[in-house]
Amino acid sequence: MRPGPAPLADAVTSTAGRRGAEGTPSGVPSPAPTGRHARTRPRPGALRAAAGLAPFAVYLLIFLAAPTVIAVATGFTTADGTPTMANITALADPVIIATFTNSLWLSALTAVLGALIGAAVCLSLLALPEDGAVRRSVDAASGVLAQFGGVMLAFAFIATIGIQGLITVGLRDGFGIDIFADGTWIYELPGLILPYLYFQVPLMVITFMPALGALRQTWVEAVLTLGGTTGVFWRRVALPVLAPSFLASTLLLFANAFSSYATAAALSSQGSAIVPLQIRAALTSETVLGRENLAGALALGMLAVMAVVMSLYALMQRRASRWQ
Amino acid sequence: MAVTSPAPVAPAVPSGARPRRRTAGPSRPAPRTATAVITLSLIAAAFAIPLISMLEFSLRTADGHGLDHWIALFSPETAGRYSVIWTGLGNSLILALVTVAIVLLLLAPTMLLVTLRFPRLRRTMELLCLLPLSLPAIVLVVGLVPIYLGIGRSLGTGAWTLAFAYGVTVIPYAYRAIQSNIDAVDVVTLSEAARTLGAGWLSVVLRVLVPNLRRGLLAACLISVAVVLGEFTIASLLNRSTLQTALFVVNKQDPYAAVILSLLSLAFAYVLLVLIGRVGGPRRGPRRRRDRATS
Repeated sequence: MRPGPAPLADAVTSTAGRRGAEGTPSGVPSPAPTGRHARTRPRPGALRAAAGLAPFAVYLLIFLAAPTVIAVATGFTTADGTPTMANITALADPVIIATFTNSLWLSALTAVLGALIGAAVCLSLLALPEDGAVRRSVDAASGVLAQFGGVMLAFAFIATIGIQGLITVGLRDGFGIDIFADGTWIYELPGLILPYLYFQVPLMVITFMPALGALRQTWVEAVLTLGGTTGVFWRRVALPVLAPSFLASTLLLFANAFSSYATAAALSSQGSAIVPLQIRAALTSETVLGRENLAGALALGMLAVMAVVMSLYALMQRRASRWQ
Repeated sequence: MAVTSPAPVAPAVPSGARPRRRTAGPSRPAPRTATAVITLSLIAAAFAIPLISMLEFSLRTADGHGLDHWIALFSPETAGRYSVIWTGLGNSLILALVTVAIVLLLLAPTMLLVTLRFPRLRRTMELLCLLPLSLPAIVLVVGLVPIYLGIGRSLGTGAWTLAFAYGVTVIPYAYRAIQSNIDAVDVVTLSEAARTLGAGWLSVVLRVLVPNLRRGLLAACLISVAVVLGEFTIASLLNRSTLQTALFVVNKQDPYAAVILSLLSLAFAYVLLVLIGRVGGPRRGPRRRRDRATS
């Protein structure tokens, strides 16, 4: 307990203790409580206070726990509710495996590229004044663009590299380069890479920038005093210190791309190249591999991947927090 | 990377050591300014291309460029053609309002209650509130379909009911905004002081805590609005009409209108985000203070 608030806390706990003795039979007498102890000790009206937690708990139960459980459970049942493993075994179908491979590959590629470009932005920003206009507008722009994924992002890229897009037409008329010589890839899997990078890089800036706060000028000075160079500082001090944060941010980017649906849905209204689109197909009851309730099994597969990624993320964050 | 463990570095930086020079050089190691400016300019240019393309696309007319599509979108004669957009926008605004209400009336009071009366539940609360981050919306939808069948029967199929689902997707962001404010203000001492002076719980919350937490609460509201206005996955798969699903529909008849509206909502989101930065920057305040202390 810090010296400042102690009298207040004692005053409150002593009245609380008195009322507790009257009200609840199990009212614990307070032998000169320390602040921390006093705060966690049951007080009068604890039951009523606990009831105050109920609405939020019920809300989370209905709209967070129930949907998750239902999503996973439907993977194990048929349309009329009889238990079955058929949907789970359907995950081994070559089509589904190919979709998961596509999703994992796309997420990994855009996560790594996004992380590298985003880290370059963050490091460059270090050279500019912290309260400067550039820094502030990059902050705001990253916030907007990281949320930009979705229908509007698809429009933007159709206007850019669509069949009539500015870049497509410009390259064709100006340089005689047809970017769609090998087929209109923008509506297929490769077409997702650029739009995904467009929200991955800003997310990297948002998540990685705070980690750079760990770097201290004193460390550079220490390295220089001990006979090193700035290059040695970046390689042997900054790199190991920043590595956990960098990996954590990359994992977050992976999760972000893996769970992203709207951009792909707006770009390809028919295809099912990635898992979320496969779930859409299963939900809108187009027959996928002739199975009902496949959506649940696919959701379970996604959750499994997310669980692994987010656990690794938490692990990396814990390592990174040593330097924050 | 594995060559050097970070550990040997630490002893070189005793925590008491402070650099003598206060003004010379940056307080942080940084690359050369020229390199930084070139890198940033290149990346900024690349990111500007799609936005410029959208603007150029919206200005295309049958014979060159002009403001035709912009005028058509807002002129009264063609209002009927775009009615789906205005319905969607209306629904999205209502959803934003209900979601903000969920944040302010359900999430925030629970967070205060946990801080004041159940500090031991803090970790649990944090875990629960950040959980939706690792739950893809598309997975949530699979489980929400049957739940919304039930809601449709009891509460009707109005678009506003989606706010319950949106509340869950917004919780992690709102939680972080409010919690960082709660951490910065000594909520426990404040409320104990107010209680000692005879205030009832209601006036403690409304007259002491809310004014102290207004930055965090406002930031939480703004980020909630931004997320709700941009949400597509849940609305589209539950067949509700919102701004994003309406844009998707309109794009099929009139891509120009869809692109113009996208540009406008981007501009709106930018203003909203700048406002959040101005209002709270809840993470920014304490950090800057620490920087100053160490440099």
